[in-house]
Amino acid sequence: MTDIRYLAPPTLDEAVRAFAAAQGAARILAGGTDLLVQMRNGMAKPGTIIDIKKIPELSSVTEAADGSFWVGAAVSGAVLAEHPRFGTVWPGVLEAINLIGSTQVQGRASPGGNLCHGSPAADSVPAMVAAGAVLTIAGPNGRRTLPVEAFPAGPGRTNLAAGEILVGFTLPPRPAGSGDAYLRMIPRTEMDIAVVGVGVSLTMAGGVVTAARVGLGAAAPTVLLVADAARALVGSRLDDAALDAAAAACSAACKPIDDKRGTIVYRTKVAAVLLKRAANIAADRAQGKA
Amino acid sequence: MAKLHVTTTINGEPTEFLCDPSESLLDVLRDTLGLTGSKEGCGTGDCGACSITLDGRLTCSCLVLAPEVEGHEIGTIEGMAKGDELHPLQQKFLEMAALQCGICTPGMLIAARSLLERNPDPSETEVRFWLAGNLCRCTGYDKIVRAVLETAAEMRSAA
Repeated sequence: MTDIRYLAPPTLDEAVRAFAAAQGAARILAGGTDLLVQMRNGMAKPGTIIDIKKIPELSSVTEAADGSFWVGAAVSGAVLAEHPRFGTVWPGVLEAINLIGSTQVQGRASPGGNLCHGSPAADSVPAMVAAGAVLTIAGPNGRRTLPVEAFPAGPGRTNLAAGEILVGFTLPPRPAGSGDAYLRMIPRTEMDIAVVGVGVSLTMAGGVVTAARVGLGAAAPTVLLVADAARALVGSRLDDAALDAAAAACSAACKPIDDKRGTIVYRTKVAAVLLKRAANIAADRAQGKA
Repeated sequence: MAKLHVTTTINGEPTEFLCDPSESLLDVLRDTLGLTGSKEGCGTGDCGACSITLDGRLTCSCLVLAPEVEGHEIGTIEGMAKGDELHPLQQKFLEMAALQCGICTPGMLIAARSLLERNPDPSETEVRFWLAGNLCRCTGYDKIVRAVLETAAEMRSAA
């Protein structure tokens, strides 16, 4: 029997202390849908498991008076889906999170874990990037914030420093006339890993895009913020020329791999297609048409 | 390594057990508590044969560490019938032969009950999506889906 310790601290301070004290031999447990599988197949052999679900800040979803949302790192997809307001304000983020796994997995899996797992194909991450989510991170030296797009460092790697824990996401206040969407390409109808995923968030006034952000997944070693695609959309009425330019920027940002899910050529092409479709859905939502 | 002492509620009954820190809830249910209705198909959250509810929420017991359930409420297939009285879903699965070997059945039933608690009038598409995490390798899904829809209709008319 392996000599593993299980801790479920009630406060973030205690979790940070325990995590730092373990000096890299500990793993954070939120929903466990990645960690328990890794432990079972021998990829993860933690000396200490730190369950963060008893920490209120990490398990809560709150909407602030200014319209921003706090999503704790351990909140499950099912809890977000049942929130009375979250999916109304951020339908694209919610649809991305709810695409991950089965009903059973949704009951446990968290967008925080999806991000920390470090997969370039993580569905929730391009949508969070498009949303402009800002992370709160806590460690032995205190707290810091980081834009979500600066968090992934490579496949399976993040920019968390030693001893740091993801606390949660802040999604900014939503101006009137905003909408977001996430689309992924998979060869099945659900429960698969993205071949490419694109998240788009738009703010529109009088049919003109006034602000845009684009997140691209499974097309590079990390999820990317595609600023050139967003620039091509801003100021446009999402006419064909603007969508073509944004789609081309999305393809240009791709640095994918060939693997069993898709080739470099295919992924690069699909990124452009998904950008256009996601932008149109986001625009419909921004203008109250969907 | 000392075992952990966990106090929980299973199917309404206060329950205590000892477990290793990295033991799964499924292993404790089956091997320690003798509740062998929850099945292990894959052990990695793919097949749904170990489906349970944790504080009323559907999940795979193979993806839960046993010490996590301290102070929480677990629902397993053993609590679905009330004595000799089968749950309407169990009765309908029998009537419509919505099972063959039976390994997936406890998970299907727990998942289907969880759906009907939230949505008493699901469409066929909603049933199929909700049950997509429950794999059946023999009878196929049609009879299962039809049994769930039929049960939902009967429970609505009885309500």
